Amino acid sequence: MTATVAPRVPGLTFRQRMSRFDVKLSPYLYISPFFILFALIGLFPIIYTFNVSLYDWHLLKGQGDFVGLANYTDVLGDALFWNAFGNTISIFVLSAVPQLVFAVIIAAVLDQALRASTFWRMSILLPYIVAPVAVAVIFTQIFSQFNGPIAGFFTSLGLEPIRWSFDVLPSHIAVASMVNWRWTGYNALILLAAMQAVPRDLYESAAIDGAGRIRRFWSITIPMIRPTMIFVIITATIGSLQIFAEPKLFDQGSSGNVYGGSNRQYQTLVLYLYELAFPRRDFGHASAVAWLLFLLIVVFGIINFLISRTIAAQDNSPKRGARRARRTAAGATVGGTQS
Amino acid sequence: MSVLIRSTEGMTTAPRRTAKKARAYDRPGPFSYALLIALFTGAAFPLWWSFVIGSRQASDINLVPVALVPGPNFLTNVAKAFETVNFGQALVNSVIIAGTITVSVVFFSTLAGFAFAKLKFRGRNGLLVAVIVTMAIPTQLGIIPLFILMSKYLHWTGTLGAVIVPGLVTAFGVFFMRQYLVDVIPDELIEAARIDGANMWGVFWHIGVPAARPAMAVLGLFTFMAAWTDFLWPLLVLGPTNPSVQTALAALSAAGGHSPDHSMVLAGAVISVLPLLLLFLVAGKQLIAGIMQGAVKG
Repeated sequence: MTATVAPRVPGLTFRQRMSRFDVKLSPYLYISPFFILFALIGLFPIIYTFNVSLYDWHLLKGQGDFVGLANYTDVLGDALFWNAFGNTISIFVLSAVPQLVFAVIIAAVLDQALRASTFWRMSILLPYIVAPVAVAVIFTQIFSQFNGPIAGFFTSLGLEPIRWSFDVLPSHIAVASMVNWRWTGYNALILLAAMQAVPRDLYESAAIDGAGRIRRFWSITIPMIRPTMIFVIITATIGSLQIFAEPKLFDQGSSGNVYGGSNRQYQTLVLYLYELAFPRRDFGHASAVAWLLFLLIVVFGIINFLISRTIAAQDNSPKRGARRARRTAAGATVGGTQS
Repeated sequence: MSVLIRSTEGMTTAPRRTAKKARAYDRPGPFSYALLIALFTGAAFPLWWSFVIGSRQASDINLVPVALVPGPNFLTNVAKAFETVNFGQALVNSVIIAGTITVSVVFFSTLAGFAFAKLKFRGRNGLLVAVIVTMAIPTQLGIIPLFILMSKYLHWTGTLGAVIVPGLVTAFGVFFMRQYLVDVIPDELIEAARIDGANMWGVFWHIGVPAARPAMAVLGLFTFMAAWTDFLWPLLVLGPTNPSVQTALAALSAAGGHSPDHSMVLAGAVISVLPLLLLFLVAGKQLIAGIMQGAVKG
């Protein structure tokens, strides 16, 4: 593979030269469609967003005056940005924490010699096939102040109905419930894969030493799957920073909601970006929001990298315990991305 | 990123445990099954209830206790939904969009993944790192320039091309296929084919593709589902006359204003879910295997 494509290598027939050419060039031909298309539809738009963010830029009128970083200072001084930021963080906490706790519990239950294990796995994955739009539509009916199962339940107990789409915290709970319903089973399966990579003899020897079920779970399972748990947390975080359909469509019929609630009480950052870009036709400010969001996600990505590096360092320390097994547990989740 | 690279090992080495090897310490008790039944109920209830209300009259949403038995009006409500928004067109469009994107992503990913896994070329490692880095880029944030491109320069808004083209390749697909193929094809097989006179395309087509088939199926499933459920971008570039399933359902849920027809809306939601539900019933096992081997949020 060290020879270059020399047109005049003595002793080579035309056929052989063609063959060498084929070997050299084919790999580049095979990977180029991906790189060319990705540059056009992935990379260029992200970079060009920064350019747009430096101008007054109207949806219809197009590019205006160069304003430098003014769009960024405007956005950072806009109470609506911080409202959306706070809502995003709040919904993130309400979704990531219960999601992880339940996913770990579900994975632990599935990590047993169950009857009909495929059926149970499929049943927890069922919500994943329901699109966020349909989830939002269905949960709008479920989390209705006036009709539906929850309202009926509260009325039958003689309680005041909860104003799900009007009050801040209930609306965040409703939106977070949509995310949790769709993703908990999915994350449980990832954690289950990690749990299955834990060597069984560890449990066996712990059981012989008299450790009970709960003790084995806390002292063996949780430490062994920690890398995967961190992976799940980070991907859930990056995902929940980009929530759009759920708040956009929650109760959209009755409140005339395009912006995430009658008072933007559940407007997320991507929804704020959408409001700026399309209803308000302000591409300049919207692009600034896109880049701020991009930076936020990069920060989380760096945290991800640092945490996983720390864990890798722990793996290499001469501590007793199954280092290799821990690494395998980390490996069981092939890397994630959010697209 | 180190998680990503380390992950290669896990894909094939994760030990599998069968029910036969179960020991006393992991035998499930009745509590486990009770919890699983509760989970199944929680997962299935919203969908079942949507179907129940979608097959009754709208006022049945107020029934206490909750209605759990389907009524006779499902087809009537579906017909109403089809009259309110262009669901027929939406289903056709979504099949075309998701189908085209799936074929494209699977083909280009297999091609590039095969090159990264099995061919030697200058710059291979650097380019592979580039693929991994691009996986982390949230392309959703590039919508403004993409919208300018589609509306001002290409005049594609309102056409399916505007939705299809931005989905034609994914970095994840390339990485996924590379991870699979790197272990599954022995280098000797490629050398033997070369000695027998196969050209590089022949090697890819007759060795790479057959070996890649299981991973292609999994990647295809995830890609189809991601394209089918996508909402933000189709909302921006497809108008109400030429909707996707998701934009049509969003329009349907807004159609009633303050007094929506709950049965019609939920019947529409059921229709929008049905194609993926059928796919899930047929290929759910592969989907689970894909997630557990380390597939990804689409």
